[in-house]
Amino acid sequence: MPLGTLQFTIDGITVQTQEGQSLIAACDAAGLYIPRLCYHPDLRPAGNCRVCTCRIDGHQAAACVTPVRDGMVVENDTPQLNADRLALIEMMFVEGNHPCPYCVASGDCELQALGYRLGMTAPVYPFFWPRHEIDASHPDIFLDRERCIACSRCIEASRMPDGKSVFSYEGRGIAMHLHVDGWGGLGATQMAAIDKAAHVCPVACIVIRRDGYRIPNGQRRFDKTPIGTDIEARRKAPPS
Amino acid sequence: MASTGDAFLDEQIALVGADRGRLMDVLRAVQTRYGHVSDASASAIAAGLGMHVGDVIDALSFYAFFSRVPAGRFQIRLSRTPISRIHGADAVAHAFCQALGIAMGETSPDGLVTLNWTSDIGMADQEPAALVDDVVVTALTPEVVPAILAALRAAIDASTGIPSPGNRVPLPHARVHPNVIQAGPLLSRAARRGDGIRAALLLPPEQVVARIAAARLRGRGGAGFPTALKWRLCRNGPDGERHIICNADEGEPGTFKDRVLLSDFADLVFDGMTIAGYALGAPSGVMYLRAEYAWMLPALHDVLAARRRLGLLGGAICGHDAFGFEIRIQSGAGAYICGEESALIESLEGKRGAPRDRPPFPTEHGYRDRPTAVNNVETLACVARIMENGPETFAALGTRESTGTKLMSLSGDCPHPGLYEVPFGITLNGLLDLAGAPDAGFVQVGGPSGRSVAPKDFGRRLAYEDLSTGGSIMIFGPDRDVLDIVLQFAEFFADESCGWCTPCRVGTALLRDQMAHVAAGRATLRDIGALESLAGTVARTSRCGLGQTAPNPILSTMRDFPERYEARLHAADFVSKIDLVAAQRESAALQGRHPVEELF
Ligand code: SF4
Ligand code: SF4
Ligand code: SF4
Ligand code: FES
Repeated sequence: MPLGTLQFTIDGITVQTQEGQSLIAACDAAGLYIPRLCYHPDLRPAGNCRVCTCRIDGHQAAACVTPVRDGMVVENDTPQLNADRLALIEMMFVEGNHPCPYCVASGDCELQALGYRLGMTAPVYPFFWPRHEIDASHPDIFLDRERCIACSRCIEASRMPDGKSVFSYEGRGIAMHLHVDGWGGLGATQMAAIDKAAHVCPVACIVIRRDGYRIPNGQRRFDKTPIGTDIEARRKAPPS
Repeated sequence: MASTGDAFLDEQIALVGADRGRLMDVLRAVQTRYGHVSDASASAIAAGLGMHVGDVIDALSFYAFFSRVPAGRFQIRLSRTPISRIHGADAVAHAFCQALGIAMGETSPDGLVTLNWTSDIGMADQEPAALVDDVVVTALTPEVVPAILAALRAAIDASTGIPSPGNRVPLPHARVHPNVIQAGPLLSRAARRGDGIRAALLLPPEQVVARIAAARLRGRGGAGFPTALKWRLCRNGPDGERHIICNADEGEPGTFKDRVLLSDFADLVFDGMTIAGYALGAPSGVMYLRAEYAWMLPALHDVLAARRRLGLLGGAICGHDAFGFEIRIQSGAGAYICGEESALIESLEGKRGAPRDRPPFPTEHGYRDRPTAVNNVETLACVARIMENGPETFAALGTRESTGTKLMSLSGDCPHPGLYEVPFGITLNGLLDLAGAPDAGFVQVGGPSGRSVAPKDFGRRLAYEDLSTGGSIMIFGPDRDVLDIVLQFAEFFADESCGWCTPCRVGTALLRDQMAHVAAGRATLRDIGALESLAGTVARTSRCGLGQTAPNPILSTMRDFPERYEARLHAADFVSKIDLVAAQRESAALQGRHPVEELF
């Protein structure tokens, strides 16, 4: 093996990769899908949804914030882990308000798509019914905090790629929610519709105006193939 | 530096050298001075420290002791724990509400007082207790309430309408008893200050670490990580500056050992920090003191000043030219999670106290990204004793895996609540006998995040190899309502979850709500099953120890006291969690209809 190369197993499959990778990135490259929600390949991982939790050398850990180590033994696709993931997805549904049938993101929403993939029917937990005002102060972007799952992608994107720090959090515990820098709403910030932060939201919390129904329902990303199939396709494709 | 237009703020910002990492100090100063941090202040602070307002709000809104809206001239925070309630906290709260004409969480119409519940304030041995701003009042009864309020009114300067500056308001019951019931080698002897440091300075730093290793000292916060190993990892971290932090954020409900160490043995703790500084090559150390202990700040600063005069602080310590050490005390602002070392570091850096993912560990990338050793107050006191008396003396007590003595904070249904220094390995029975409570119904060992222990297990040992604990021992008599106590613990975790990760943010709130149904007798067998499964998910997937241990009280009492759960079960297969009659009334009211009352 060349220097810096290492190997580990996941669900019995051996994967070779480079030192310094996160477990989730290494598996993505190998075409092995670990369910995830807050992770975005272009952003620094925040490790807050915990959907990517795997059993790593006998301990639970989140794959997006775990660096690969030589010889590590990973369990990913097990009934217990998938049950926990489903429970996490359900928590996100009841924490916010998610009327999928008439949501602009339906079919293109990672939360909804994961719900389908993990076999969610209806959440078993009681709803929290949060109330947040829609922030419509920006000419090109809507902010609907009732859909927010606190994945912090927009916070990170606004900080790193955009260099603007438009978003942060406010409060703690179940009351924690997205904060927009300053006092005048999104419209009073430097946020622009072309910013990275405007295009990383996995749900319909940050929505570009006048863009919503360009692709009709039924023809969107996850209407056609379940979430994760793009990654899994890499494994099936013949090596180039 | 640009002026913020507020002279007081300018001064505070200058005091911290406009260092954004010292945001907590600025926020605390503004909170103390104005009683809240307004949006205008937040904007001015952001400008003064060169940061985004959003980042100021992020931190400000996180801590329970900061408020963003004007509050009363005095903040009264009553400790709400199962222990305080056993001793009558509800009646005291009621007396305050009555006398002020308000409910909990409100401000009196005359603007004198804002009244709130708060999590444990480290007074489990003298509850009911409360914080009146930075003053602690203990052993409260409804009868002392009028006298406390009268003293607060008298403190208001009639001409300015604000409390007379400078002197603290003298309050009835403003006293804290150390309550050391049993002292051992750690607590007893009044050692000469600095003996441990002098012993350490005779050795090269790596020999100091070797002595701590020979004593087999393990962290006293509860996790039991070997102290010498932590120091070695820190010494082996990237070259350059290193940090030593004393974790004085003792927030585990039921513990008060650090309170006693800091009030009566502060020199010992500072000795320990200084020795650690020498061993690690750290030129300075920070003590992170929980906001609930801010009443100790003046005394601690006095101790530091005395140490400086004696040559135990500053340059050339004990005449050792090559070794200087400084200590700064940083106050927290009301967040249990900051007892977790990576959250503590975030807070020290002026951010919300959200724990970090590991790796990297603080020993590699800690405070300001430098190798950092975070040690518990009691651990550092042990370090000083080990250097004074030698590792053999220390390791002669305790068990193989758990050397030395441990401070146990006993509270609840026992005739002698207080601090007990006992050798590791003592059985719970042995400890209960000392406290005069042999017939306890159950004991919560290690606080809410620890576990409940039923009488059949009272023979178990308190040691890292058996029942590991930071020392909170809450004793409950046989007639106490186990489910209600578990519910209170569930409320505690929901209040204290930092909110960063989904399983804990949402899960602890769900556990609290579901447990409330169980305690109220509204839950079916199926609901209990669902609760257990939810508890499992929260424990398995949460990011840090808070979420991972939050389900412990529920899971351990389900195991140990199944009969208590069974007795409270609802017989039906399904019980609606919605009160249908109330819901129909609400909907009728919303629609402006008049319900036909017979239907209800
Ligand atoms: S954001 Fe996603 S999950 Fe939420 S309502 Fe829209 S489609 Fe459904
Ligand atoms: S707005 Fe969207 S991207 Fe931002 S935290 Fe919420 S869900 Fe994540
Ligand atoms: S487990 Fe709780 S306290 Fe810890 S990071 Fe997650 S939300 Fe925060
Ligand atoms: S994807 Fe790893 S924690 Fe969210």
